[in-house]
Amino acid sequence: MEKFLAPGHRACAGCSMPTVINLVLDAAGPNTIVATPTGCIEVTTTPYPESAWRVPWIHSLFENAAAVASGIEAALKHFGKNHNVFVIAGDGSTLDIGMGCISGMFDRGHNVKYVCYDNEAYMNTGVQRSSSTPPCTSTTTTPSGKISFGNPRPKKDMPAIAVAHRVPYVATASVAYPVDLRRKVKRAISIPGPAYIQVNAPCITGWSFEAGTTVEIARLAVETCLWPLYEYVNGELVGVKKIHVKRPVEDYLKAQGRYRHLFRMKGGEEMIRVLQQMADDNARKFGLLYEGDLTCTSEE
Amino acid sequence: MKMIAKEELSLKERMARMKVVEGSYAVAHAVKCCSPDVISAYPITPQTHIVEHLSQFVADGELDSEFLTVDSEFSAMSSLVGASAAGARCYSSTTSQGLALMWEVLYNASGMRLPIVMTVANRALSAPLNIWNDQQDSVGARDSGWIQLYAEDVQEAADAIPQAYKIAEDPEILTPVMVCMDGFILTHVYEPVELLSQEEVDRFLPPYRPKHILDPENPKTFGAFADPSYFTELRYMQWDAHRRALKKIEAVAVEFAEQFGRWYGGLIDTYHAEDAEVMIVTMGSVIGTIKDCIDDMRSEGLKVGLVKIRSYRPFPTEALRKALKDAEVIAVIEKDVTVGNEGALLTDLKAALYNTPTRIPVIGFPAGLGGRDITIRDIRRVVDKAIAARDRGIEAEMEFLSLREDLL
Repeated sequence: MEKFLAPGHRACAGCSMPTVINLVLDAAGPNTIVATPTGCIEVTTTPYPESAWRVPWIHSLFENAAAVASGIEAALKHFGKNHNVFVIAGDGSTLDIGMGCISGMFDRGHNVKYVCYDNEAYMNTGVQRSSSTPPCTSTTTTPSGKISFGNPRPKKDMPAIAVAHRVPYVATASVAYPVDLRRKVKRAISIPGPAYIQVNAPCITGWSFEAGTTVEIARLAVETCLWPLYEYVNGELVGVKKIHVKRPVEDYLKAQGRYRHLFRMKGGEEMIRVLQQMADDNARKFGLLYEGDLTCTSEE
Repeated sequence: MKMIAKEELSLKERMARMKVVEGSYAVAHAVKCCSPDVISAYPITPQTHIVEHLSQFVADGELDSEFLTVDSEFSAMSSLVGASAAGARCYSSTTSQGLALMWEVLYNASGMRLPIVMTVANRALSAPLNIWNDQQDSVGARDSGWIQLYAEDVQEAADAIPQAYKIAEDPEILTPVMVCMDGFILTHVYEPVELLSQEEVDRFLPPYRPKHILDPENPKTFGAFADPSYFTELRYMQWDAHRRALKKIEAVAVEFAEQFGRWYGGLIDTYHAEDAEVMIVTMGSVIGTIKDCIDDMRSEGLKVGLVKIRSYRPFPTEALRKALKDAEVIAVIEKDVTVGNEGALLTDLKAALYNTPTRIPVIGFPAGLGGRDITIRDIRRVVDKAIAARDRGIEAEMEFLSLREDLL
């Protein structure tokens, strides 16, 4: 695999973000320009005068990567140049502050492929809740406490928002499924117009898990059905990643510090049941299980 | 200083070239002649007509540009950051709240040294909501690293566009330029204007050939973060580019005058300044009224002169020192106010004079806020107060002009 993000960047050991970038760019190839908002990517890969980027790369502000990419794409179109234009952005800049610019970019139909690496909180500023943070997650702005199970709100459904914009290609992916992710990037490029891919990308500091288990955690998100892998083409659900063995959500939750309180607090079991219900709903909604297999199977 | 055109046209020929057009049309036409690759726009009064005319040029196939109908002024400027980094000549225009919404991106465009040109159709900032003209918006953006040129009339606003590109795109400058024109007063007025011709502009403005662009053949990193060991120097280089721009703005103005026969001043211009005892300093469309008023006062024997600020950023410190050194009193009229202090131009001007032997009274008047007319009577009041300050000492260093006491 060609690594377009050079080693020597400053991302944490065990961070999934550099892997996501390298998988995306490996699939996209060197004929690619990347725009990135402010966030972990920018601060860990471009401390002036150094840069880890082997493709042309631009960072402007926290909330405007989609608009910056729109301008790049418009300029390339004007000059008759044919390069892939990608945004690679975190969930805070995508689901929250950058939403207006993204909506505009989708709406204008720019040929920009938008990849959100979703680590489910503002990790660069120290693990504050974003609208991508799942319910019952303890973050520094929605901490678990004597009367709180953490984040009280459901995760904003950004892929559905992208579908509602009639984005021709919308998919979810996971750092634990590199072949699937690469295939989706290639498919996104093959379809003209905007694309949106949201990649589950565990954060070792924000999620608080054992170093070296990043991919394992990401795989558990998929196997519990908390992170369904699917793709929409022109508004139609065209593919889902089926699960052979559906794991209970506890397997995923237990492995992470951000859910530790659910196993210690009174009433935590009820919250876990709520999360299990969400996973089951995903399984049903996207048809994640093979025919007849709706029973949860624990490894334990 | 009056420049004479090298290729001088007869009055008749010039009259034949004149067309009575709306200010916004004249500006849009000038932009068209500069052939921007990407235009990004969001509607906001009183800027809207400019981009409407441009989109019509594109729709009619008269202008080959990518025209982005963006979701906000924030996206307008952001998309131009991307387009400019990809090597495009870029244009936008905005005003008031729109400029305020762009504020974060303004710093980014200048910090990344992207030579974007934008028209600001000056308008008041809310609250209270007010769509009419003053210059609080662009004056508030004075520290954003953009060069700011202010236009006195429609012809100047249009003629400033090719000049702005020439200044911005100079490899020694690489700094975005804001051309500021008073909203409604200039954007919506119909005046006889000599429209630029494509051939003339092509001769004046070379194609944009950026050295550093986003190109997969030669990958470069734009917009890295800089820690304390680098940040100051990068800011210094921006500051230094503005210092170089002082000369560039003058040189481009001379070049323009030589080719087109129209002169608006370089960094500043003056009117009856040579022997003036009372000097008015201001910028924008109020200059027309002041000139008329000066003509009247001169015929009455009052030695009143004018200094017009054309370049507010970079601030023409040396030019002002020279122009004002023999005055006996200075009155600043400006369409903005720094709440908590005084008018921004008043402060800037006093600062420019402080380390010189010039020790004369300087008084200031925020005027025309939220679109209130500035009348001949107002100008006379300013001159009366200036003379009083000279003869009897300063009573009020700053005073809102023609304040309606009945409303307070």
